[in-house]
Amino acid sequence: MKFGVIVFPGSNCDHDCFYAIKKILKQPVSYIWHTTTKLDKFDCIIIPGGFSYGDYLRCGAIARFAKIMDALKEFTADKNKLVIGICNGFQILCEAGLLPGALQRNKNMRFICKHVNLKVENNRTSFSKKYKKGQVLRIPIAHGEGNYTCDKETLAELKKNKQIVFTYYKNNPNGSVANIAGICNKQRNVLGMMPHPERASEAILGSEDGFLLFKSIETALKIKH
Amino acid sequence: MKAKIYVTHKKGILDPQGKTVETALISLGYNKASNVHIGKYIELDLQEKDKERAEKLVKEMCEKLLSNPIIEQYRFEVSS
Repeated sequence: MKFGVIVFPGSNCDHDCFYAIKKILKQPVSYIWHTTTKLDKFDCIIIPGGFSYGDYLRCGAIARFAKIMDALKEFTADKNKLVIGICNGFQILCEAGLLPGALQRNKNMRFICKHVNLKVENNRTSFSKKYKKGQVLRIPIAHGEGNYTCDKETLAELKKNKQIVFTYYKNNPNGSVANIAGICNKQRNVLGMMPHPERASEAILGSEDGFLLFKSIETALKIKH
Repeated sequence: MKAKIYVTHKKGILDPQGKTVETALISLGYNKASNVHIGKYIELDLQEKDKERAEKLVKEMCEKLLSNPIIEQYRFEVSS
């Protein structure tokens, strides 16, 4: 089982993700520079948070055309391989069309950095199987553009296919449709979420609720391989 | 050729920047202002003398990179 963390110019949560996998989950992991075109040796790829390419034009709009993205698209075609985009990673996945919808400016125009409560809407994915359905998690967010939006048809599809994995519980910080905090693709092997599970993976950080997400991935990959 | 490109929010998509500026304008006493929308303005030079071909190129750029069709719309002018 091998994890990879993509590094774009401007990624800044790459080390946190690397640390969470290596030191807490205790699984092999390496950084992947954005010019890489071969991803065969990986089983799970993390697109970390940050401000890839300075968030110029739109968040994720430039990263979407990085060399690695074609390889990533191929990677996701194999349903046994998993991709998780966190924060800027979620924005990149949406821009790249690997997830539906788009992330726009928070409703209150502010950059919000705080712990929020998330509800597990679907625990039957490789990313959430260690949680209970309806479980409430405390995980931090840190974004200015996390307001998930999509048209009515897409929202109906997301609901029908149970692609909404996490929602904001009680308080929606950014104005996202249907309180969406994280969604997966139809094939259930690509997850995008605004909250940062890697920042809530050990007690010293105030919450361990994010750790079960990585534990879910580990369990899922063990079954698949 | 030169291109001037305007990217704005699609109708019905929340424009929090526009809303905030609208509130600011009204609080400054400009009660007559409404429907404030904020977008992006992009200028570029094109090494292309044929207007039709230039327009085709700009359209492609808009659809591929300069706008996100899920939340944005665009219009542009091409001139020499």
